[in-house]
Amino acid sequence: MIRITRKVEFSASHFYHNPNFSAEENRRVFGKCNNPHGHGHNYTLEVTIAGEPDPATGMVLDLKELKELLEREVMDRMDHRHLNYEVPELAGKIPTCENIAAVIWQLLQPKITRGKLDRVRLYESPNLFADCTAGSALTNGGGKRA
Amino acid sequence: MKLSLTRRYDFAASHRLHAPLLSDAENQRVYGKCNNPYGHGHNYALEVTVTGPVDPATGMITNLGDLDPFVEREVLSAFDQKNLNEEVAEFRAQVPTTENVCREIFRRLQNFPAAQLERVRIEETSKNSFEVGAEEFL
Repeated sequence: MIRITRKVEFSASHFYHNPNFSAEENRRVFGKCNNPHGHGHNYTLEVTIAGEPDPATGMVLDLKELKELLEREVMDRMDHRHLNYEVPELAGKIPTCENIAAVIWQLLQPKITRGKLDRVRLYESPNLFADCTAGSALTNGGGKRA
Repeated sequence: MKLSLTRRYDFAASHRLHAPLLSDAENQRVYGKCNNPYGHGHNYALEVTVTGPVDPATGMITNLGDLDPFVEREVLSAFDQKNLNEEVAEFRAQVPTTENVCREIFRRLQNFPAAQLERVRIEETSKNSFEVGAEEFL
């Protein structure tokens, strides 16, 4: 099996705010990210597809198709957008790196017709990224190590 | 679908690779330049990966406000701008190769209370990286 990865970059703004929290609780939990005017990032997205190369073309999939898919599903939705207000898939969710990566996975996964979506890695900055993979999710309470 | 979060930190430290059970000549042969008795240093990049459910109230696996001070307290304050052989007790008895540094950092971070530690990865230089996963400690 071969894994191929395509990278794209987009710029977007967001802020973290839970309407069920008090103003004080929002500030305590989210800190600077709670600024209601928002702030922005240059996000780097790496999408990895796993599969066997087609013997006729030597390709797992045509990278041009993947490029167009990322343009349509991710760039058109998120590039130069406000993630809190302009991306319906994030409505009602805090637009953290984890949640954005999960939304991108859900957008791409049904559209990959050759090979399988293996990993979505979303960098919010060079020092922070979320990975979304096909593994089974931990349920609530499974996050703590015994 | 499984999610993980990775945070990258930096620390600078010196070390010397020297195994007390080996002769001086063997140490020189095995470790080469890294056996220089005066030691040498690196800018280490440390990646800490945690996994667990995303809290719907915060959208987070863990709040960096919890992870950053934990890593600072358990690792960075003990390793940054230090001589690993002389100033980190665990490396008095074992050679501070980056393999062993990975294991020691995993050991120090594995009881992080807010999420499950999945992987520790260290770039010793831009050309060498080492990683250890939770399966190593089961």
